[in-house]
Amino acid sequence: MNKTDVLIIGAGPTGLFCAHQLGIIGLQCEIVDNLDKAGGQCIELYPDKPIYDIPAVPECTGEELTNNLLKQIKPFNVKFHLNERVEELKKVEKRWHVKTSGNQKFDVAAIIIAGGVGSFEPRKFPIKECEKFEGSSLFYSIKDKTIFKDKTISIFGGGDSALDWAIELSNTSKVNLIHRRDGFSGAESSVQKVKELNDQGKLNLYTKYQMESVSGDNQIGSVKIKHDEGETKELQSDYVLGFFGLIMQLGPILNWGLNINKKTVEVNTENFETNVDGIFAIGDICSYPGKLKLILSGFHEGALAARGCFKYARPDEKLRFEFTTTSKAAQERLGVKK
Amino acid sequence: MAKITYHTHDNKTHTIDVQNGLTVMEGAVQNDIPGIDADCGGGMACATCHVYVKEDWFDKLPIKEDGEEDMLDMAYEPKQNSRLSCQLIVSDELDGLEVTIPEKQA
Repeated sequence: MNKTDVLIIGAGPTGLFCAHQLGIIGLQCEIVDNLDKAGGQCIELYPDKPIYDIPAVPECTGEELTNNLLKQIKPFNVKFHLNERVEELKKVEKRWHVKTSGNQKFDVAAIIIAGGVGSFEPRKFPIKECEKFEGSSLFYSIKDKTIFKDKTISIFGGGDSALDWAIELSNTSKVNLIHRRDGFSGAESSVQKVKELNDQGKLNLYTKYQMESVSGDNQIGSVKIKHDEGETKELQSDYVLGFFGLIMQLGPILNWGLNINKKTVEVNTENFETNVDGIFAIGDICSYPGKLKLILSGFHEGALAARGCFKYARPDEKLRFEFTTTSKAAQERLGVKK
Repeated sequence: MAKITYHTHDNKTHTIDVQNGLTVMEGAVQNDIPGIDADCGGGMACATCHVYVKEDWFDKLPIKEDGEEDMLDMAYEPKQNSRLSCQLIVSDELDGLEVTIPEKQA
């Protein structure tokens, strides 16, 4: 059991800056995120795209912003739990017990949800029968590539993941790459490589085809694909891989008794607490009259939510408002050497 | 102002006057039409505002910018007449446009 003051759900810019604000007022926190790295949408959706509306930063990319925030919270040694999704919350007397998908357990005084638009999940095939094979012979990510050796793999998608895996697996497996159009969104060099391999007969490329159905008993046996013009083909396949990017879903947050309004969590604007005592929500996931989905709004919300947590984490103490420029305590926490 | 008709997955039809300058996505979101989430807020980064455009309208719309087709790869069941509704800016010329929201998106 990890015991700390506050658990932050979401390592996007809002969650990261909130960790800073907690650190400044002397509270400990740990951060859980479903992705494999910090940064949230900034890293997952637009790492290279410039952002122009961070106060006092005329221009920076999502990646630079994330790196700077990580640098800013370094003095507080915040512990990250990546690739973990928070599944369950339980109130135990005055504390919250939290369990994640990887069976990590936390005992905390308060929880701050900074979950953006929800957790990123792989986008799946729209065909119902696919669920039956998911995890055994149909995958949306690859954990162990050795299972594909000498097998026939049908890969769907046109982005970098689909192209890279098609190239890599074509060394040891028979690969079909199926994409809905002639154009690809992946790197041009990979597209060229795939076309070369196709010309050399080392993989089979099918463009303007989409999945029509899958069949098999316990394992997939074959997959039927359909051309834009209506023609169908049946491809014998041992495994099917789908790489259609990520979709954002609220997931278990829906089950925590919070007031949800159009995929967002309702909060008050005094300290960004939800209808449940000790659970706060900040950033894109929270809603209140006048809410703007801007990073700078998330920073403000995090500053107030951090202070809102204080009464739960230190019920017998009083929080005094201080500036980092003059507060000795804050500077000590930041490790400022004089 | 243009009248835009949205066909939703529950077999309902919503015809709405949308102001010029707004997007077809914004017209849906502001009027609580189910199935258009627009998670990224119109940044062409999520494909949750994907619609099918009625066939006879498809060629009358402004052509896709770079990136829209890439993002449509990520949409549920993209078809020939798929567009991201956040990229369709309403003008008088779009009066009468009809779009259908994919079932799986809702």
